[in-house]
Formats: sequence, structure tokens, C-alpha cells
Amino acid sequence: MRRFLMAALTAAAVGWAVQAQAQDKVRIATEGAYAPFNFKAPDGTLQGFDIDIARALCDHAHLECTIVAQDWDGIIPGLLAKKYDAIIASMSITDERRKKVDFTDKYYQTPARFVAKKGAGIAISRDGLKGKTIGAQRSTIHAQYLQDTYADVADIKLYDSQENADLDLTAGRLDLVLADSIVLLEGFLNKPDGQDFEFVGPELKDPKWFGDGAGIAVRPGDAKLKEAFNKALAEIRKDGTYDRIDAKYFPFSIY
Amino acid sequence: MLDSLPRFMAGAWLSLKLIGLALVVGAALSLPIAFARVSRRRALWMPAFAYIFCFRGTPLLVQLYLIYYGSGQFPWIHDSWLWPLLRQPFGCAVIAFALNTAAYQAEILRGGIMAVPAGEVEAARALGMGPWLILRKIVLPQALRLTLPAYGNEIILVVKSSSLASTITLLDITGVARGIVAESFAVYEAFLDAGAVYLILTFLITRVVGALETRLMRHLRREDLGAAPVAEPYGA
Amino acid sequence: MDLQGFGGQILIGAGLTLAVAALSMIFGLVIGGFGAAAKLSRRRALRGFADAYTTLVRGVPELLILLLLYFGGTVLLTWIAGEYVEVNGFGAGLFALSILCGAYTTEVLRAAIQAVAPGQIEAARALGLRQPTVIRKVLLPQVWRLALPGLGNVWLVVMKDTSLISVVGLEELMRKSNIAAGATHQPFTFYAVAALIYLLFTTVSVIGIALLERRARRGLARA
Repeated sequence: MRRFLMAALTAAAVGWAVQAQAQDKVRIATEGAYAPFNFKAPDGTLQGFDIDIARALCDHAHLECTIVAQDWDGIIPGLLAKKYDAIIASMSITDERRKKVDFTDKYYQTPARFVAKKGAGIAISRDGLKGKTIGAQRSTIHAQYLQDTYADVADIKLYDSQENADLDLTAGRLDLVLADSIVLLEGFLNKPDGQDFEFVGPELKDPKWFGDGAGIAVRPGDAKLKEAFNKALAEIRKDGTYDRIDAKYFPFSIY
Repeated sequence: MLDSLPRFMAGAWLSLKLIGLALVVGAALSLPIAFARVSRRRALWMPAFAYIFCFRGTPLLVQLYLIYYGSGQFPWIHDSWLWPLLRQPFGCAVIAFALNTAAYQAEILRGGIMAVPAGEVEAARALGMGPWLILRKIVLPQALRLTLPAYGNEIILVVKSSSLASTITLLDITGVARGIVAESFAVYEAFLDAGAVYLILTFLITRVVGALETRLMRHLRREDLGAAPVAEPYGA
Repeated sequence: MDLQGFGGQILIGAGLTLAVAALSMIFGLVIGGFGAAAKLSRRRALRGFADAYTTLVRGVPELLILLLLYFGGTVLLTWIAGEYVEVNGFGAGLFALSILCGAYTTEVLRAAIQAVAPGQIEAARALGLRQPTVIRKVLLPQVWRLALPGLGNVWLVVMKDTSLISVVGLEELMRKSNIAAGATHQPFTFYAVAALIYLLFTTVSVIGIALLERRARRGLARA
């Protein structure tokens, strides 16, 4: 009996070790509330630009990837707690975040803009925004920018998701929303609810707040995964896969 | 973490305002609902029963979201007189919490009213007391005394439920903690600090209610049974 | 009412809600059994631990406990196991809700155990029955009957508390409603549907509990 047990245990241990060696399994987290980059379709699946890019990268890097949804608030803590190995969720590369995670090269870059009701005539300046209520998603570069720049003149409200901020904008609880211009365009302005709203003010691109584009976050020191993604990214940019995915969602290149 | 203290203080103040308003408005609402519920007229007890059942049978989070986000779906609400109140997350939170606690308080009050011995009410009627007088002098004083533990428990539950206000952008204690976590990822410190603040609050309230119970029941205290009756968590 | 294709998702969420609630209730009962025993134990350390447990859970908002356990739970389990332990949303929610449920059931079971007339236990022992038999034949049937209303309430609370897990991402009913509401910009529609489903669960539960209570009290005079 004992010998059988020993044999079984050894076999299991060897099997586990072999499995650990052949480990190309990567878990990727995305948010799922950030159309058109990542969102949940009515059938429950995750779809969007980020998801397509993730699958393409995994193909080229020969990784077996599973993509899971994770709330934005907990997305970096989850990465550090090893709930998953990478974040592909339109996360902007900023110095603040670099303190906690490592980033690959950027895979797209789009500016941020304010959105307000058509004809509201709000000027994007400290005077123009005085007393206004501005909404943004919590834990984003947009929220940080608002808090650093306008916290003393405007009332800043933070939401757990961009979609909830959009809901409050249509409801009239917010005067403006600051978010990624593409997300606002595709996820809000082009939808029936967003018909009465428009962009106001310039495109905001200052790297100090808005970073150097969206990248893939990995745990600090996980150089192997970072390099694999960077290499795959270069490949898909060269062989046209990136352009194909880009064209599926946008009439112009967002790189 | 000490530099977050002012933010936590501001958050605690907001929480207290929210809890206080919800309790007072809820208590005021619960009186007519409870009376309707104990009435024998169907036109009265059926709507009251429906109200209590709906508000106790669904999660507070759903009620809160229905009122806050749900009200935004209908343009006609924006033009109504309700809008200035519903527009503010604080107003929505007070409404949701008040409506919710009113249902629970109505049930507690009903339990108390029904626990007053029927013989006393009959005797009062025999003496020629009118219904209002009976309520004021016989039923309510005893009902309130009997239900004090359950009321104390409900106050604690409202304090805990107030943390849901953070889900609709309010910066109460929990909202402050989540904001800190979002900025600095200091998950444990922020949530443990918030938890400590709530514990202090609930501890103080439990003490005050306990002292009140002891005082109001001192004519009933039986030395052979030891201390005054203790609040049962899910009795009511 | 146009659910815009999200109806199937809502139903899946509802199913998940029931599953998490039921499993949490089962785990919670087990924890509650140990907790009640600890509270009534002679060892002060055990009593103190159980008291601290219930005081914490009753004094701190469930949302906060959930957030703490969610962020900290994985780290704790990973540390215990020595290697990465995969805890998904379901596991994290179940873990947190079981801990919450355990505290409530501890109190209910403790009160029920104490309510069984001590004279019955003494009589059973005097008749020569040994401890395990005493517990099985005398204590537990009465504890079940006495605890049923309280446990019924705990079940209702646990079932409603599953909505809180939506905040940490588990795709139960509330979360699915959030997703649908955000995608379609029709929050009232979907939250109203969710409320109706919860009401359905509550109604069925209340009827079920009443039936269980009636059966448990069979043979007893109307109190």
C-alpha cells in the first residue's frame, strides 16, 4: 500500500513539475465596461478592441490565454495578488502606475476630451468650470487630472464605471464628463442617449497626466511576459494584423 | 495614514448626517404604515403589507440603484418637482434608506403594538377612552418599551447600510476609503481604518441604547434573572 | 419590457445568486455550529475568539468586510498554500458571504441552544444517555425547531447580501443588471427586473420557511 502511494505521489509530483515547465498559460484581465475597447455583449462574452488585440498577441507569442473580467478599482491589486498575469484594458502608461507595475510598449494612444450637453456653452478653463459638476471614472488618469487641476473650483464626482458616469450625464446630474475621446464617441455620443451631447474643449494629451498611451501591465520583474508581448506587438504591427483589428472598430488608426 | 484623518472625519460627518436623516424620516413614515398594517380594513392593511414586503424582500442596493440611476432614465422626472432632491446623490440615499428602514421599523412597531395585552386595551375602552387616547397612553408607551432592543438593532443596521452610499458617488466613510484605495492602492490601511470608525460608531450606539433599555425597563428588572433582557439580533 | 437580449444573462445571474446564497448558508451553518459551541464553551479563549468574531461582523458594514476579504483573501490563501492559489470571483464571494453568514448563525444557534430547557439535558443524562446521544436525540431536534425562525431570517439576509458581491465583480443577478443597464442605458428597466426576481426568491423562501416551521412544530400545542 505504501509503495503504491509513494509511486502515485511521485507520478503526481513529476506530472505537476512537467506541467509547470510547459506553462504557457496566461490569464489576462480586462474591465468589460469600456466600449468599444472592452465590453460585455448581450450573450455574456467579452468583446472589443482590447480583447481582439489580446488574442492576436497571444497567437503570435504562442501563449494559451484566458481573458477574465475584473472591476477597474481592483484591477491593479488583482494583478499584484496574482489573480491574473497581465492587464489589457486600455490602461494608460503613467509614472504613477509605473511605480506599481511594469508596462509593455503602447498599443494605442488616444486623447481625452470633455463632453457636455449641446449648447451648454461651457468653457474649459478654471473660470468656465467654476461651480460645475464634472464626472469621471475612479482610478483613471482622467480622475487624477480633474482632481489635480479643477478640484478647488468644480465639484468632481467619481464613478466605479464609465457607463455609470454616462448615465448620470444623461440624467442631468453632471454638467460634464471627462474620459477617453474614443470611448465617449463610440460608447456614448454615437448612441441614442448621446445625441444631445457634444465634445467641448481641446484634446488633452499632456503626458504628465495622460501618459504615453495605453499599454499592457504586468507584474514588476515579469520580464519574460513583457518581452513576449512586446515582440508579438511588433510582429502584429508589421504583418497587418494590428491594422486589420484597428479597421474593424475605427475609421482611422489609433496607434 | 494620519494624513487621511481629515478626509475620514469629513466622511464620518456625511455618514452621520445620512444616518440621522434616514432614521428620523423612516421613523416618521413607519408610524402610519404600522397603524395601517394592524388595521382590519383591507384598504389599509393590504397596501401597507405590500410596501413592507417589497422593501424587506429586496436588497437595499437594488432599491438604491433603482432610485438613483433609475430616476435618470425618465426625462419627465427631470422636469418635476422631485428633481432637485433626486438630482443629488445625498437626497437619493436619504430617500432610499428612509423608505427601507420605514418598512423594518413598521414591522417592529407592529410587533410591539400587538404585544400589548389585549385586556388592557379592552379595559381602556370599557373606561370610555377614545382610540387616540388609548394609543397615546396605553399602547404606544408599552409598545416602544417592548421593542427597544429591536429598534436598537435596526439603528445599527442603518449605520451599516449607510456604507452603500459609497456606490452612488457619496464620500461617506466607505467612499473615502475607496477613494484612498484608488489613489494609493493602500487597500488594507484604508479599509481597516474605515472598519475601525464603524466599530466605534456601533459600539457607542449599542452602549447608549443599552443604557436606555436598562433605564426604561428598570421597573421590570427581575433580580433572579440577572441583567436586563438582551437585544436579540433577528427576533423581530 | 424590452430586455434587448440581456434576458438570458439576467437568468444566469439569478441562478448564480441562488447558488452562492445556498452554499454560503451551508458553510455558514457549519461555521455557526462551531461558533455557537465556542461561545458556550468553558474555555475563555474560545469564547473570546467567538465573541470577537460576531462583534466584528455585526459592527462593521458587510460591504466593507467584503471589500477587505476580497482584496486580502487571495493574498492570505496564497500565503498559506505557499504558491499561487487561484481564487476566482465565485470563490471570493462565497468565502466572504460564508464568513458573514457564520457570524449570524452563531448567534441564532447559541440562543436556540440556550433556550432548550436545561432540565431536559439533565433528565437525559440522568437516564444514562451518553453525550453524543443526548445531543442527537434531545438537543438537536429542539435546537432545530427553536432556531428555524432565526435561521430563516439569516437565509433571507444572505440571499439579499449576495447583491453586495456585485461590487467586487461576481456576476450574480445584481452585477448582470449593472452590465445590462450600462450597456443599454436603461437602468430602471433592469433594476426593476432584478427587484422582481429578488421578490420572487423572497416569497418562495418565506413560504418554504413557514412550511418547515409548521412541520418542526408538529405535535406541539400552539404557543
